[in-house]
Amino acid sequence: MTLALDSTVDEDATAEADYAVRFAHVSKSFGRPGKQQLVLDDISLDVAPGEFVTLIGASGCGKSTLLNLTAGLDAASTGRISVPGGRPALMFQEHALFPWLTAGRNIELALRLRGVPKAERREEAERLLSLVRLNGSYGKRVHELSGGMRQRVALARALAQDSQLLLMDEPFAALDAITRDVLHEELTRIWSETGVSVLFVTHNVREAVRLAQRVVLLSSRPGRVVTEWRVDIEHPRRIEDAEVSALSVEITERLREEIRRHGQQ
Amino acid sequence: MASSETAATAAEEKDADAGSAEARGRPDSSGDLAGLEAGLDALDSGGGGDRVPVGRVLLTRVLPPIVAIALVLTAWQLTYWAEVQPDYLLPSPGDVGAVFAEMWREGTLLEYIWTSVSRGLLGFLIAIAVGTPLGLLVARVKLVRAAIGPVLTGLQSLPSIAWVPAAIIWFGLTNGTIYAVVLLGAVPSIANGIVAGVDQIPPLYLRAGRMLGARGLSSVRFVLLPAALPGYLAGLKQGWAFSWRSLMAAELIVHSPDLGTGLGQLMENYRTMQNMSGVLATIILILVVGVAIDLLFFSPLERRVLRSRGLLARVS
Repeated sequence: MTLALDSTVDEDATAEADYAVRFAHVSKSFGRPGKQQLVLDDISLDVAPGEFVTLIGASGCGKSTLLNLTAGLDAASTGRISVPGGRPALMFQEHALFPWLTAGRNIELALRLRGVPKAERREEAERLLSLVRLNGSYGKRVHELSGGMRQRVALARALAQDSQLLLMDEPFAALDAITRDVLHEELTRIWSETGVSVLFVTHNVREAVRLAQRVVLLSSRPGRVVTEWRVDIEHPRRIEDAEVSALSVEITERLREEIRRHGQQ
Repeated sequence: MASSETAATAAEEKDADAGSAEARGRPDSSGDLAGLEAGLDALDSGGGGDRVPVGRVLLTRVLPPIVAIALVLTAWQLTYWAEVQPDYLLPSPGDVGAVFAEMWREGTLLEYIWTSVSRGLLGFLIAIAVGTPLGLLVARVKLVRAAIGPVLTGLQSLPSIAWVPAAIIWFGLTNGTIYAVVLLGAVPSIANGIVAGVDQIPPLYLRAGRMLGARGLSSVRFVLLPAALPGYLAGLKQGWAFSWRSLMAAELIVHSPDLGTGLGQLMENYRTMQNMSGVLATIILILVVGVAIDLLFFSPLERRVLRSRGLLARVS
């Protein structure tokens, strides 16, 4: 295990790596020395370039902490996170769009901070908006958009970072079922069109199976990788498909087992 | 340590169902999804705000204050007729109106107003230039906040007239004294406004900004300042009110032939002449100017900012 000293996120853009992100024995504790609580315990996990991986687990499994560490918003206590493609993009459960900017300007700000020249920003923002099928919403204010539209703008803004890795922290949890369904389809389409790697955190097992190529189950307090499933169901998928249901039942059983373990302690 | 289980059941079912998507006749064309999405977008987005008709604005917004003013004037006139107090203590609304008319004829009315307003605005602008960076420092630097945060809040409750004697000793009977008093009155409000504005920024915006690559100065410019704008505007509005009040306090006391006659000096002149109509007329002028600048400038600006962020619910 590496020392706490090199617990930073590696953003080595030059390496020709065979992974989009690699977690090597990553642990994270919170609290003062002596009264520390271990949140993530020895997480080792690779996400391949272009792969779609969902992380599921009950409350307290440190899913969001893991994303924060990957995003560089917090530092791991021990272990190493390597992101060869540079700074990852992160989508939150809340849209986190800036209400003082229009939808298009939100995207342009991401482009500007990435260093895209002024002349190209407008066109690129329009292209990203049409990628999430929001042509004509450039001048709309955030509060004029519905919840689903806001998350699509947020997705477009995340894509504007042109990152190889997209981190998603329960981005559809607050949406109604029909809108969520539509956004699943959109995300699948955009993922296959752009070839971006996605690490998607959720507590919704069906959503995890619906979207991912691989589902990773984390235990709670502390979060450990328990097991994982390959999802070989062909696209197009629907959340109500029999294959999706069958695998979801199996995963849910395993998840319940994990949760029961906590009651017995 | 990460064991891998293959979903046997799901895989089997998948084989059995291979190519079943088409067989089931599932519509998967992107056109269908686009149509569904367009429907959802149309259903979910709030309709644009309708403009309130002018007649309704007049009836609900303009008429009530006019009626209120008319009632006050009527009550005043009735009290005057009842001869509760002698003329020289309680003049009639007409007497006060005559003072305005006289100032208007002499062409001095706008001159008095402008002398004060220009002083007030200049002082206010300097207060913005001083108060804004000061507020940012207090908001973002823990040590600075611990050191002067409480003092800044405390200064707001110190009446600005308390600074006048000290300012006169420092600067004499000059404009310097007037500006010093205005600044000491307005800077704490403006600084506190921006501190409140920064404190109320949802942490999510700062995290989102960081994720987009906004660090240091660019984070301040693209996230912190725009996010703090509503609180800052509220601070500016209060800062103007404090500027104006401090200015009147200073003008009442700081008298010199070298200084132009502002509204405060005008009032003091009327007082020495025992001219109650003139004193009342000046009070009304001070009130009207203060309210007018708020109504013409700060309120529309604040409403515009809040409305563009969806923070202003229309009260019908």
